[in-house]
Amino acid sequence: MSNPLTRSDVTHVAKLARLALSEDEVEQFTVQLGAVLEHFASVAALDTSGVPPTSHPIPLANVLRPDERRPTLNRDVVLAMAPAEEDGRFRVPRILAEEA
Amino acid sequence: MSSSDGLVGRTAVELAELVRRGDVSAVEVTDAHLARIEALDADVHSFLCVGGDVARAAAADVDAARARREDLGPLAGVPVAVKDMFCTTDLPTTAGSRILEGWRPPYDSTAVARLRAAGAVVIGKTNLDEFAMGSSTENSGYFPTANPWDLGRVPGGSSGGSAAAVAARFAPLALGTDTGGSIRQPAALCGVVGMRPTYGRVSRYGIVAYASSLDQAGPFATTVTDTALLLETIWGHDPMDSTSIPAAPEPALARLEDGVEGLRVGVVRELTEVEGIQPEVRAAVDSARNLYEKAGASVEVVSVPSVEYGLSAYYIIAPAEASSNLARYDGVRYGLRAEARGSGGVPRKDSEVAAMNAATREAGFGTEVKRRIMLGTYALSAGYYDAYYGQAQRVRTLIIRDFARAYERFDVLLAPTSPTTAFELGAKTSDPLAMYLSDVCTIPTNLTGACAISVPAGLDAAGLPIGVQVLAPALGEAVLLRAARALEVGFAFAGVPKLGEEAAP
Repeated sequence: MSNPLTRSDVTHVAKLARLALSEDEVEQFTVQLGAVLEHFASVAALDTSGVPPTSHPIPLANVLRPDERRPTLNRDVVLAMAPAEEDGRFRVPRILAEEA
Repeated sequence: MSSSDGLVGRTAVELAELVRRGDVSAVEVTDAHLARIEALDADVHSFLCVGGDVARAAAADVDAARARREDLGPLAGVPVAVKDMFCTTDLPTTAGSRILEGWRPPYDSTAVARLRAAGAVVIGKTNLDEFAMGSSTENSGYFPTANPWDLGRVPGGSSGGSAAAVAARFAPLALGTDTGGSIRQPAALCGVVGMRPTYGRVSRYGIVAYASSLDQAGPFATTVTDTALLLETIWGHDPMDSTSIPAAPEPALARLEDGVEGLRVGVVRELTEVEGIQPEVRAAVDSARNLYEKAGASVEVVSVPSVEYGLSAYYIIAPAEASSNLARYDGVRYGLRAEARGSGGVPRKDSEVAAMNAATREAGFGTEVKRRIMLGTYALSAGYYDAYYGQAQRVRTLIIRDFARAYERFDVLLAPTSPTTAFELGAKTSDPLAMYLSDVCTIPTNLTGACAISVPAGLDAAGLPIGVQVLAPALGEAVLLRAARALEVGFAFAGVPKLGEEAAP
């Protein structure tokens, strides 16, 4: 069976997953992920028409808590673990790219 | 008793009783275990972080409470090794990943909070496959753990550090998590008891998320009684976890010795005849069958045909959920941040946030984690969602239905835990699919959300432990543990691996 995945699939998925993969990783994952997907082929071929999907093994519906104020995490403790902070907030690089 | 000699290798029940009676102090118990870790963990590498003074302080609190004549908890003074997936405020929590190196969580996981409330002493955080993704602990972002029975072999995974720590008698108890077999498989490979409770029975609050519809925390111990004791300490409803089961659990410890007279046991044909099964593992399942018959249970073979699709369904569902859960590691709120690099590898401080996210994840995640994020992202991407993720979820329904049919005729099911005993370090690292196949017998329970346990059944010709698995329906912890106890009595496995000077020829 031919590999269901191409290099450009892998590059595209890496972009979706926000992973800056190296060339070697793209190469390796094209082969390895293709093998896992091939293994799934027998499952893909099963007739499951009319079978509902299971997203959760032990269904619980409408799990709610009372709408009451309660303590939250301490801001200083949380920010102490942040890679960068400023004025009590998380600091990040520019959000918008420069227009070309 | 004033010497620390004789304090290691005891069960949690024994240690808690010694501390309660005042025969030894909790600090002495902790020191004895810390000394053993200090002396021997350099060979096993089961801990990412040893509790040291933090553990001693917790033990001193127990001793102070006893001096004040306060009621002591059921695990007062008992050391517990905790897989590094559980948040602990006083010890770093890494999930075995470089992306969380040095992270100090702002709160305790519910399971750890309940341990502390019961007087247990967290002796350290144990090694694991990064984000619990693996079956050998070789995917740890830090170092591999060795199997105490043979230091050239894997302890299994992903909770390999916890299994190895209990096998090496570094602690009588340990916590693990089981998403595809990550408690039971390493328990089997290390010759200890390991149990995955029903999904939602133990709170997932404060446990680093891998695959949220499959993850469940559970106990490791050297005996079934200790396993039940630890389970009863951590289980029960938690309002902080919306998937936590509200109904109170049926007590298990109190019914442990009730025996298996009249119990209906089904041997799962497809898992016992699974491709590549080691003959000695199969023989152990046959022995378990005989032990049950001798103890008054009825045993028959049962077919659960859809389990053959379990592995494939799992390796779509788990990566899909992981790809979503691990999106949070983006270099913004906690953990590593790496700078995007431009041409020539020069850091681009002016780069945009998306480039920083991608650079951080590339630098902080190991290969297996990237592999699963890629697989999961692909399975969820436009055009493939229904063919992969949707189909896997429908197959999950088929497997649940098959097990429900089996449990109409049987109280518990019997199967191998792992098709083979411990394999050599490095044997499967280059072939992800071969590694995934070692979970084939444990995965069905994660897909159905039920409970299962691995019990030591003896050693193979190479002197490596074999585990036999008992499965029960959701919420069936009491019958599961009672059935496991009967096997424990029957097998009477008392093997302890030899380490350090004990191992000298």
